[in-house]
Amino acid sequence: MNRKRPVNLDLMTIKMPLAAYASILHRISGVFLLVGLGYLIWMFTTSLESRQGFDVVRETLNNPIAKFSLWVTLSAVIYHFVAGLKHLIIDLGIGETTEGIKVLSIAVLLIAGLLIVLTGVWLWA
Amino acid sequence: MGVMVQSITNLSRSGLADWMVQRFTAVVLAVFTVFIAAFIFLNPDLTYSQWSALFDLTWVKIFTLITVLSVVGHAWVGLWTVATDYIKPAMFRFVFLCVTGITLFVYLIITATALWG
Repeated sequence: MNRKRPVNLDLMTIKMPLAAYASILHRISGVFLLVGLGYLIWMFTTSLESRQGFDVVRETLNNPIAKFSLWVTLSAVIYHFVAGLKHLIIDLGIGETTEGIKVLSIAVLLIAGLLIVLTGVWLWA
Repeated sequence: MGVMVQSITNLSRSGLADWMVQRFTAVVLAVFTVFIAAFIFLNPDLTYSQWSALFDLTWVKIFTLITVLSVVGHAWVGLWTVATDYIKPAMFRFVFLCVTGITLFVYLIITATALWG
């Protein structure tokens, strides 16, 4: 590699295409889920442990912060899921063009956004 | 050192195999997610009895265990990729991957214990 090649270090001058945002969100949601999974696994094991454990999880979710945290975690799951589906679709050879990726990325953002909102409605309704 | 850390910590020592692991586990995770989401959605007033009855079924236990194993593989490949992309100092990357590995191992043990304990 040419070590003297010009490097643009001013990140503010770089405009990312939409697919790049969809991609970085996939990574961010994935890294976040390492922690988020701990919360989901705590809910899972506690609720399965006993009737009392099940009620503990129920009561915990009455706390607005706990409920909001669950929504954030589920949002990461949803986004990561939908963005992952995009990869599987691309692997099937569908949308393997610059334009195709753009359409798929828009679809990922819209579908994930919709599911995240619906999950919020389901949690608070 | 950097190159060594990369080559010895990637899951299968092969980019193609890692890629396959990532796809295969993704499908398992997707199916399990839809399964649990559907169950919770179709049982709005979920009781402890219904919930524990679901996880008393042997196939659900095994499906759950396979899912957690998939989480471990999927998260390792994903976080290894992210770590090698963004964490350049070998020591920091090593610590990050250690924390990741320990966390995933603990998740596996906790879930397996909850299912069969």
